[in-house]
Amino acid sequence: MCWRCTLPHTLAEKILLAHSDADDIRPGDVVTVRCDLVMANDVSGPVAFRAMERMGATRVFDPQRVVLVADHFVPAKDARSAELQQRLQRWADEHEVVFYGQGRGGIEHTLLCEEGWIVPGSVIAGGDSHTCTYGALGAFGTGLGSTDIGSCLALGSFWQVVPETILVELTGSPAEWVTGKDVILAVLGEIGVGGGTNAVLEFVGPGAETLSIDERLAVANMAVEAGSESGIFPADEKVAAYLDGRARTTWTADRSDADAAFRQRIAIDLAALEPLVALPHLPGNVVPVAEAAGTPVDQVYIGNCANGTLTDLRQAASIFAGRRVHARTRAIVVPATQAIWREAAAEGLLDTFVEAGVMVTTPTCGACFGGSNGALAAGENAVTTTNRNFRGRMGSPDAGVHLANAWVAAAAAVAGELVHPKDIS
Amino acid sequence: MRIEGIALHVHGDNIDTDVMYPGQYLNIEDPALMAPHLFEGFDPTLRERLGDDTILVVDSNFGIGSSREHVPLAMKASGVRGVVGRSFARIFFRNCANLGIAIARCPEAVDAARDGSSVVIDTAGSVEVDGVEFRTPPAPAFLLELGEAGGLVEWTAARLDR
Repeated sequence: MCWRCTLPHTLAEKILLAHSDADDIRPGDVVTVRCDLVMANDVSGPVAFRAMERMGATRVFDPQRVVLVADHFVPAKDARSAELQQRLQRWADEHEVVFYGQGRGGIEHTLLCEEGWIVPGSVIAGGDSHTCTYGALGAFGTGLGSTDIGSCLALGSFWQVVPETILVELTGSPAEWVTGKDVILAVLGEIGVGGGTNAVLEFVGPGAETLSIDERLAVANMAVEAGSESGIFPADEKVAAYLDGRARTTWTADRSDADAAFRQRIAIDLAALEPLVALPHLPGNVVPVAEAAGTPVDQVYIGNCANGTLTDLRQAASIFAGRRVHARTRAIVVPATQAIWREAAAEGLLDTFVEAGVMVTTPTCGACFGGSNGALAAGENAVTTTNRNFRGRMGSPDAGVHLANAWVAAAAAVAGELVHPKDIS
Repeated sequence: MRIEGIALHVHGDNIDTDVMYPGQYLNIEDPALMAPHLFEGFDPTLRERLGDDTILVVDSNFGIGSSREHVPLAMKASGVRGVVGRSFARIFFRNCANLGIAIARCPEAVDAARDGSSVVIDTAGSVEVDGVEFRTPPAPAFLLELGEAGGLVEWTAARLDR
């Protein structure tokens, strides 16, 4: 129940209402939403800085609430990319904002959670569409373009059409080889890449509570693939434990009112799920991995803001241990942050990868968006733990990207073809 | 906001921003330098058909995926003044509105328009194709205000404490 009104509200509505001056809000209303945090990277940042300059703004609304992250073209692939990094560094210095530079952070969404910037109930405007990842911790994170981010940097707020909410009710516990990746792929398979437009996906129920924070990150991350503004889990004890000693601000948990109006309800029994794969060239083109078994694989890529967590690396390492990457396949593992990289090294995971013939690289968005670090040639097939398989996303428009969980991706590297991980020798 | 122009169809549902502006060129900051890469992963020949008063006519769920503003920036630098579609992805829609590109959801106008049709977008609630008017749901007051201002740069500039 919100403090200004007695009508029932969804969790997203409550968060937006608490960050606006409106007396009440309903889906479809346009409201001005205050940001707790504004985030930009080496791609969205420089374009946003230009917009901000054109607005005539000479300072940010609050340097304590702005974070910049170098992650897309790192390490720089060419001189022009190096200039973006220079610009980010100089702008951060000039405006005295927190900057996670090269070698000092990692992939923005994993990093900002890890660094305690994200707390339940907060609003994060990010110059990256996967800002919806922060819903894993009960926050309203939403991706915006660079002019929006320029305006956020100047004013500390953005315009937002109040979204409806699609309630995804999860029951049961995931079976072996099934992860958060499969949960969101199942949702995408059901509602498609436009099914969440003008809505927030809210993940609730006993099944949601079984998912670890790393798995929730994977789920929330791909909400935008349904067209959604954000994907959000109400904060629970797991979030509280994750944030203990990490959160930079105090927070309170909230949830949707039982009698709130939802656009749609989707029920998923996690125990009935099997490992899934999104076939080229849409994230909603989802089939059980068994149906795609036998597809030859040229490259496997395990990393990105959805699935480059320690959980993913452990899953992959359990497959690679004592096995070799298939002769026709190359495999790349990209820990999402410097901290995950160190943990993985300390646990011996990186050694397991290298021994199996896997390339382990520094944290970067890299090949996920076709920037660098593992592009695909025409005719090649990749299995990746990333979030988009659009035509040309990772290089040639004539390559095919298959999205899957880390177990499936690692198994494909070992087998040289798509295979259910239970079936590898 | 009322914009007149000449229709050019971009056919296909779920056209993503990656194919409209491939990731390898995201290291470009200047819209004039973005323009030569517009539609590169999809149909580069479309570029040759853009005039200085083009209105793109598009299908469902146009502009999905990445928030990269490079797509509408490259469109604007190439002469695109408006977009009429069956439906849009959210970030693409707001990027266009923020940049002062007229954007309207109007499936009937998409059906009616041929390449070369004369199109008028009035964001207050109509799209006209070769003189035939189709009504659209009225835009929220804020979007009209944004359009009147010329875009979010101008809208924000008017609200800065200086």
